[in-house]
Amino acid sequence: MKETTLSIHSIRRRGQLRFQIVILLILCGGVVIAMAPMVYMASTAFKAHAYIPEFPPQFIPHNPTLDNFKTAFSSRNFLTALFNSVRVAVATSALVTTLTAMMAYSFARFDFPGKNFLFYSVLAMMMVPTMMLIIPQFLVAKRLALLNSLNGLVLAYTAGAIAFNMFLLRGFFEGIPHELEESALIDGANHFIIFLRIMVPLAKPALSTVAVFSFLGAWDEYIWALTVLTDVQKRTLPIAIANFRGVHASDWGLVFAGSLTAVIPTIVIFVFFQRYFVQGITTGAIKG
Amino acid sequence: MRSRLHHRWYVPYLFLLPGLALYVLWMIYPLGYEFYISFFDWKIMPGQASRFVGLDNYRNVLQDKNFWLALKNTVRYTVVTVAGQMIIGLALAVLVHRVFIGKRLFRAIYYLPVITSWVVVSFLFQFIFSSNPGGLVNYLLVSVLGILDEPVRWMSETNTAWVIIYALGIWKGMGWTMVIFLAALQSVPVELYEVAAIDGAGEWRQFRYVTLPMIRRTTLFVLVALIIGGFQVFISVYLITGGGPLHRTEVVLSYMYDRAFNRLQFGYGASLSYILAAIVVFVSFLQMRLFGQPAETD
Repeated sequence: MKETTLSIHSIRRRGQLRFQIVILLILCGGVVIAMAPMVYMASTAFKAHAYIPEFPPQFIPHNPTLDNFKTAFSSRNFLTALFNSVRVAVATSALVTTLTAMMAYSFARFDFPGKNFLFYSVLAMMMVPTMMLIIPQFLVAKRLALLNSLNGLVLAYTAGAIAFNMFLLRGFFEGIPHELEESALIDGANHFIIFLRIMVPLAKPALSTVAVFSFLGAWDEYIWALTVLTDVQKRTLPIAIANFRGVHASDWGLVFAGSLTAVIPTIVIFVFFQRYFVQGITTGAIKG
Repeated sequence: MRSRLHHRWYVPYLFLLPGLALYVLWMIYPLGYEFYISFFDWKIMPGQASRFVGLDNYRNVLQDKNFWLALKNTVRYTVVTVAGQMIIGLALAVLVHRVFIGKRLFRAIYYLPVITSWVVVSFLFQFIFSSNPGGLVNYLLVSVLGILDEPVRWMSETNTAWVIIYALGIWKGMGWTMVIFLAALQSVPVELYEVAAIDGAGEWRQFRYVTLPMIRRTTLFVLVALIIGGFQVFISVYLITGGGPLHRTEVVLSYMYDRAFNRLQFGYGASLSYILAAIVVFVSFLQMRLFGQPAETD
C-alpha cells in the first residue's frame, strides 16, 4: 500500500518535473526573442565601421573597440544633449512628483464643491490620444515663447504626466489611515505641515514610483522635442541619436553607442526600482 | 464613512491650484482651442489672417483618400499588434505564473523592451531587419532555419515594411501585457483551482472556466489600453518608413503630423485629430459596453 502511493507520488513528481522543464524551455526561448535584439545592439556598438551588418552576425565582436563611444562623446552636441536630457528629466520628475502629490492629497482627504467634476475632468483626458493635442499645444507654446526652450519641455512633459500619476497617488493616499493627521490637527498643525510631515514620508514608495515614471517619460520623449527644438544647443538625447542615424549610410556602431548611452540609465533605474514599476503599472489594472 | 478632515474652504483648492493650472493650460484649453482651429483655414505665418471655413476641413479629411488609407493602416496595425500582445502576453504570464524558479527574473527580462525608448528600438529593428544577408532576421530565416532561399528586402515593399513595424509593436508591448496578466493571475484564489480539480477539471478546463472568467476585468482593461495605444502608433512608422513611399504606410498620426508640421495645414490637422479622438473614445466606450457589463450580471 505504502509502496504504491510512493510510486504514484514519484510518477506525479516526475510529471511535474517534466512539466517544469518544458515551461522553462519555452520561457528561455522567449528570453532569447526579447533579448537578442538588445544584445545585438550592444555588440554592434563595440564594432568599428558597422555600415552594413556583417555576415554571419556576430554577437561577440571579433575586435571590440570603444571608438564609437569615443566619437560620440567627443562630439560636443552629443554631450550637450546628454546634459540637457538629464536636466529636463530631473526637473520634470521633481515637478510632477510635487504637483501630483499635492493634487492627490487634496482629492484623497477633503470634501469640497466641484471635487468630482475636477477629478473626472483630469481623468477623462487620459483617454484622449496624447499626440492629438500637439497642434494647439504648439500654438500655446509659441505664444508663451516656450518653443525653443528646455523649460518649455519640462512644462509640457509635466502636464502630460499629471493625470496618470495623480490617479496613482490618490489611490495610495486613500489607503493611509487618518488617525495621525487627526491627532496632528488637534495638536494645532495646519494642513501644509500635515502634508509635508505626515503624508509625504508615509507615501515614499508611491512617490518614488511617480518620480521614476516621470523621469523616464521625459528621458525618452521624442516627438514634442523634435517639433519645438530648433537650436542645436538645446537638443535632447533622442534627437541626438536620431541625428547619428542620419538619412543614408549610417554608422550603426555610432548610432547604437549613442542608444546604449540613453538605454543604460533606464535599465539601471529599472533594476533598482523594479518593485515600484510593477506596483505602478498594475495599479488600476487589477482593481479595474 | 469617516468624516473628512476639518479645513477652511480654500485649503483643498490651494493644493490643487498649481497642478490644475498647468493641466488646464496644457491639456484642457488646447482641447477647446483645437476644436476652434478645426473650423479655420489656419495661418501660422505672421501677417496672414486665418479664414473661417466652417466644416470644410472635416469634409476635406473625410474625402481624402490618403486619410482613409492611413486609417485603414492604423486599424490593421491595432488589430495585429493588440492580438499579438494579448495572446503572447497571456501565454507568457501563465507560464511565468506556473514556473518554480526565476519568476522575478523572467518578469524583469520580458519587461526590458517595454522600458526601452521607441526611438532606439525603431532604429534597432531597422537594423535587424536589414536587407543584407547578414541582417539578423534574414540570417535567421535563410541561413539558420532555411525557410527562405534568399534574403528579404524588407523595406522595398509596403507589406514587408509593415512586418517590421508589427513585429516591433508586439515585441515591445508583450512584456507590459504579461506583467499585468501575471498580477491578475496571482490574485486568483488557489481554492478555486482546488475545487475545480476535485470536480475533475483538467488543465485546459481550469484555464477556460476558472482563470479566464476571473481575469475578465483585467482583460478588458488591457484590451482598451492596448487599442488606445495602437491608434496612437507614430514613432515607429515615422522613423522606419516615414509614411512612404507615397503615403502608402502612413498611419493617422503620422499623416496628421505631416499635414500640420510639414505642410503647415493646422486647420486640416486639427480636424483630423478630432476625428481620431472621436474614433478612439467611441471604440473605448463600445468595448466597455460590450465586455464590461456582463461581468456585473454574471
